Amino acid sequence: MRILNLTAGRLSRHRRGPIAGALLLLLGLVTAGGLYTAVMTPASAERTQDLASQVEEGRKLFLVGCSTCHGTNGEGITTDRGNNLGPSLVGVGAAAVDFQVGTGRMPMAQPGAQAPRKDVAYSEEETAALAAFVASLGPGPAIPDESDYSIEGLDSAAQEAAIVRGGQLFLTNCTACHNFEGSGGAMPRGGYAPKIRGVEPKYIYEALLTGPQTMPTFSNGNLTPDEKRDIIAYLGSLDDAAAIGGFTMGGLGPVAEGLFAWVVGIGALVGFAVWIAAHTTRSNKKKVEA
Amino acid sequence: MSNELPGHGGSNLPAEEPIPNPGLPEHTWRPTDIDEAAEKRAERQIAAMYLLSMVCVVLFVITYFVADVGDNWNTILGLGASTVGLGVFLGLALLLIGAGTIQWARKLMSDVEMVEMRHPARSSDEDREATLAALSAGGEDSGIARRPLVRNTLLASLGLLGAPAVVLLRDLGPTPSQAAEADYPGAGLEKTVWTPGMRVVRDVVGTPIKASDLEIGDLVNAEPEAIFPTEENGYPELHGAELLIAKSKAAVIVVRMEPESIIPGENRDNWSVDGIVCYSKICTHVGCPISLYERTTHHVLCPCHQSTFDLADSGRVVFGPAGRHLPQLPLAVDEEGYLVAQSDFTEPVGPTYWERDHKDIGDQGEADL
Repeated sequence: MRILNLTAGRLSRHRRGPIAGALLLLLGLVTAGGLYTAVMTPASAERTQDLASQVEEGRKLFLVGCSTCHGTNGEGITTDRGNNLGPSLVGVGAAAVDFQVGTGRMPMAQPGAQAPRKDVAYSEEETAALAAFVASLGPGPAIPDESDYSIEGLDSAAQEAAIVRGGQLFLTNCTACHNFEGSGGAMPRGGYAPKIRGVEPKYIYEALLTGPQTMPTFSNGNLTPDEKRDIIAYLGSLDDAAAIGGFTMGGLGPVAEGLFAWVVGIGALVGFAVWIAAHTTRSNKKKVEA
Repeated sequence: MSNELPGHGGSNLPAEEPIPNPGLPEHTWRPTDIDEAAEKRAERQIAAMYLLSMVCVVLFVITYFVADVGDNWNTILGLGASTVGLGVFLGLALLLIGAGTIQWARKLMSDVEMVEMRHPARSSDEDREATLAALSAGGEDSGIARRPLVRNTLLASLGLLGAPAVVLLRDLGPTPSQAAEADYPGAGLEKTVWTPGMRVVRDVVGTPIKASDLEIGDLVNAEPEAIFPTEENGYPELHGAELLIAKSKAAVIVVRMEPESIIPGENRDNWSVDGIVCYSKICTHVGCPISLYERTTHHVLCPCHQSTFDLADSGRVVFGPAGRHLPQLPLAVDEEGYLVAQSDFTEPVGPTYWERDHKDIGDQGEADL
C-alpha cells in the first residue's frame, strides 16, 4: 500500500468541464441560501414567538398556582414576623422549576420543614411554561441536556473511571446528609434529606445545580459538569449492583440491622423455646409391665 | 415405686407432717417409652438431624470455595451467593445439632422425675474451726508478724510492679509534646498543615477554587493544597500516617452566603471573601467530620451527637454537646483569584484535650463547658 497517493484524483480532474467548479459553487450557494430562507427564518421567528407565548402561558399558571407564596412577580413573600413564606424566584432558573414542579415538590401541600416528593400537579407542557416564565425573571441555570448527565457516550474504560471518581466525590460531598448509599437521612427541625436512589438523573443534576430547600448548591464552579455526571453515574451503578452483602434493610446501617437482630432474631428464638416447652411428648398410654 | 417422693432427710422438718404428703401425680409415659417402634423411629430422626447437619457443613465448605466473590460476585435472587450460602448452611448446621439434641432429650433420655435434696450452704462447725486453726498456724509459721522487714519489702516489690504498666502505656503513642516536635509539616495537636498563602483546593480532585466561581449557597468540601503535592506547587510528598494525620486535621468546608448575613466576629472582619467563609470540618466535640450544611440557616450539624454550629456567626455552637465554636480559617485570594489561607488556624482544631489552653474559649462561657 502506498503511503502517499498523488494520482488518485487524476481521472476526475480529466472528466470535469472548465466551468464545472464555478457552477457547483453557485448551486451550493443558491441551495444553502434558499434552504435558509425557506426553513430557518420562519422557524426561528416561530420559536421566538413560541417562547413569548410560553412565558405568557407560564405567567398565567404562576399567578394561579404559585403567587400566593412566591408573589405575583416571583419576588418572594416575607411575613410580618420576618419569616419567608416563599423565597424569591428571581435567578433560580428553569432548572429549579423543572426539579421542584417536575418531582411534585411544588406546589407544596402546606408550609413546613419538608417539601416531600409527591404526585406531579402540572403536565409537562405546563411545567415547561412555568420554567420559561421563571427563567425570564432573571438569569439562572437552564434545564440540563441528557448529554450533561449521561456517560453513554464514553467508552467502557472511561465509564469505569467516571464511576470510580463519582464514588469518591459522592462519599465526600453527599453522604453527610444523603447516607453512604443514598438512602437519605434526618435533618434538623423535622426535615430530612430524601432518598436519592432511583431518582431520575436529570432531577439529581438539577438538584445539585439549584440546591432545593435547605440543600447547599453545587454550581458548576463548585463541582464541574463532568463531576456531577460522574456522581450520577455512580448512583446508577449502585442500582445495578446486586446486594452482595444480603438484605440492605433500608441501608440505614447498624440501627436497622440491630433492630432486626433484637426483634426478629431473638424474638424467633424465644418463640421457638416457648413452642418446644408447650408441646408435651407424653401420651395417656399405660406402660405394660413386662 | 420410683415416682414417689423420697423421704425427707433434713432435721428442720417437723417430726409429723401436718397434712398427709399427697405425693406426685401418676407418671404418664411417652410413646417412645412404651412402643419400641416409636423408640427406633425417634432414634432415626435424631441421627438424621445430625447427618443433615454434617451435610450442611459440607455445603458450607463447598460454598466457601465455589461461590465467586471479589470483582465477580455470583448472585442468587439478587443477593450475594456466597453470603447467602455461608449464612444459611452454617445456620442450618447449628440449628440441626440443637434440634437433634432437644429431640434426644425429650424423646429418649430418662423422663422420670428425680428429686435431689439441697444440702446447707454453711460448713460444719468442725470444718470452720479446723480452717481457722490451719490459717493461724500458717501465719505463725511464716512469721509475717514477727519479721516486718520481709513483709514490708514484699509489699513494696508488689507495689512497684505497677511501674512497667505505666511505662508501657505511656509509650503506646506519642505524647502531645512529642507529636509537636515531630519533623513533618503541621505536626502536633496545635498546628495543621495550613500555611499563609496555601491554596484551598477541592477534596478528591485537588483543583484550586476561584472565588468568583462560587455561587451563593455553594458548599465545597476542601483540603489544603499540600495534601495534593505536584511539581508545580512544590509541596513535599506526605506518606502513610503523616498524610492521614495532615488530611484529617486540615480538612475544611468552604461555603458562600450573602455577605450581609455574616455577623463579623471579633478581629475577624477580613477573614471572609465576598461572603465565602471557611471552617474546620472537624467537630469540636469528639472529632467527627461534619459537612451536613443547611444553605438557608447557615447551620452545620454533626451527625454523631447533633452539635450544631452557625457558620454565619464565627461557628458558634447553637445546639448540642460541643463545648467550643468551630475553628475558622482566615481566607484571602491570591493574585490569580484563587482562595488561599491567610494563616494556619488560630486555635487547635478538633476536640478538647488535656493540655489544651482553656483561656481562648472566646464566645463560649465557662458555664458551657
